[in-house]
Amino acid sequence: MVSTALKRTPLYEVHKHHQGKMIDFGGWELPVQYTGIIQEHQLVRTQAGIFDVSHMGEILITGEKAEAFIQYLMTNDVTRIKDNQVQYTLMCYPDGGVVDDLIVYRYSNQHYLLVVNASNVDKDYEWITSHIVEGVKVTNVSDQYAQIAVQGPKAQEILQKISTTDLSCIRFFWFEPQAELAGIQCMISRTGYTGEDGFEIYLPTDQAAEMWCSIVAAGGDDIAPAGLGARDTLRFEAKLPLYGQELGPDISPLEAGLNTFVKLDSGDFIGREALLQQKESGTDRVLVEFEMVGKGIPRSHYEVYKNGEQIGFVTSGAHSPTFGKPIGLALLPRQWSEPGEEFDIMIRSKPVPARVTRGAFYKRPTK
Amino acid sequence: MKVPQELKYTNEHEWIKVEGNRAILGITDYAQHNLGDIVFVEIPELDAQVSSGDEVAVIESVKTVSSVYTPVSGTIVEINEALEENPELLNQEPYEQFIGIIEMDDPSSLDNLMTAEEYEQFCQEQG
Repeated sequence: MVSTALKRTPLYEVHKHHQGKMIDFGGWELPVQYTGIIQEHQLVRTQAGIFDVSHMGEILITGEKAEAFIQYLMTNDVTRIKDNQVQYTLMCYPDGGVVDDLIVYRYSNQHYLLVVNASNVDKDYEWITSHIVEGVKVTNVSDQYAQIAVQGPKAQEILQKISTTDLSCIRFFWFEPQAELAGIQCMISRTGYTGEDGFEIYLPTDQAAEMWCSIVAAGGDDIAPAGLGARDTLRFEAKLPLYGQELGPDISPLEAGLNTFVKLDSGDFIGREALLQQKESGTDRVLVEFEMVGKGIPRSHYEVYKNGEQIGFVTSGAHSPTFGKPIGLALLPRQWSEPGEEFDIMIRSKPVPARVTRGAFYKRPTK
Repeated sequence: MKVPQELKYTNEHEWIKVEGNRAILGITDYAQHNLGDIVFVEIPELDAQVSSGDEVAVIESVKTVSSVYTPVSGTIVEINEALEENPELLNQEPYEQFIGIIEMDDPSSLDNLMTAEEYEQFCQEQG
C-alpha cells in the first residue's frame, strides 16, 4: 500500500498554534481536540466554539435547468426554497439507499451550491455528473472554499462585533451571499451541526487564517477552538445524522427517521419509487433512541441482540457530555422499536442490557 | 508530563509500584493525556488469576477504547472501585489512582519493565 500524504486545510498552522491534537480524518489532517472534548463540547453548549470545517466539499450547480436537475437528484423539494435560503436534503440511489446527505444553498434558480460530506466529494461529483443533462453545469469547487463554523448561544453576539452585516437578519437556514466579517467578503449562513444557534462562514482559502484569528480575538473568553471530537458529540447529542453511521447505501432516509426531508408528492426523483413503497408498507427497520440499563458505553457498529439473536446494530453511541451518561441510536426491527423495549448490546463480547427511550436527546432551550 | 522516579513502566503505558510481593498497577500521565477525557472504566475482577500480558481492565475515553494489561502474573487482590463512579480521576491524578493490585506469582517478570528514564525516552520516541 502506498501511503498518501494527508490533506491540510488552510487553517493547519492555526491548529498547530492552538496545540490541536491532529488526526487522520478520512485523509484530512485535522484536530480531534485542543484542550479536551468535554470542555469544548460544554463551551459550545453554553457560549461559543469555533470549528474548521474546510474539509467539507462544495459542488456548484449552475445553468437554466439547475433547479429541475437538483429536484431529480434530491429527496427534498428544492422548489420550496427561495433565493438565499438553505435546505437539508439527501441524494439517493434507485433502491432508496443514500449516496449522501447535504445542504443546498440557493443563490437563484439557476445557481446552487451543494455542501457535501468530505469523504463523499468524489463519489457525489461522479454520481451527479453521471446524470447530467443539457442546460446544467456541475463544478467541484471544494478547493476554493475555506469553511469556518461558529456555534453556540453567543455566536451572533461575537460575530456581530466584527461585522457590518446585520446578522440578526439572517434567519435559521438562510444565508447572506455578500456578507462582511473582519473586513473580509464572505458568505454566511445560519446553519450548523451542533444543535446550537450558530453560523457557517464560507470564504477564500487565503483569508481563512486571518478570519479565524479575528473571530477568536473578538470572542475573548467566550469562545475557544473546538475539534472534531466535540463536533461529533455535539451533533450526536442533538440527534443529527452522520453519513456512514445513521445513513449509508444500506440505510434509507425513512429508516433513519428523516421523513420530513423526503417529499414523495413533488414529482419524480431518483429513489422515489423505492421510498414510496417503504413509506406505504412501513420500513422494516427503525432508528431508535436508547439508554443503557447495564454498565458500558455503546459505540457505532456494536451489535444488538434480543433472545440470543442479532436484531440490529448501534449506529452512534457515546457518553453524552450534557447528560453525563451514555446514550445511543440503533437501527432495529420495527417490532422491537417501542419505548421500554429492552435488548442487549454486545460490548467486548458481553451482552449489556439497554432500553428504547424517546426524548433522551438534546433540544436547545427555547428563549 | 510526569514520570515519577520510584515507579516501573511498561510499553503499554502502565506503571507498576512494587510493595513486597504486591504489584500496584495504574496508567501513566502520558496514557491519560493521550486518551483524553476518560468516561468509563471496566475495573479488574477481584480474585481473578491473571498472567503477564492479560487484559485486566478497559478504559474508555470520549473518543476511544483502550485496554490495560498486567505485566506480571498473579492474583488480583485489590481493585479501585472509585473508578466506576468517577472515571475522570484517572485524568486528574493518574499516579494516585491505581487500577488493581496483583499478588505476584513470580516477581522476576518485573525485570522486563522500564525505569523512569527509559520510559521517558520511550515516550519521546513515540512523539
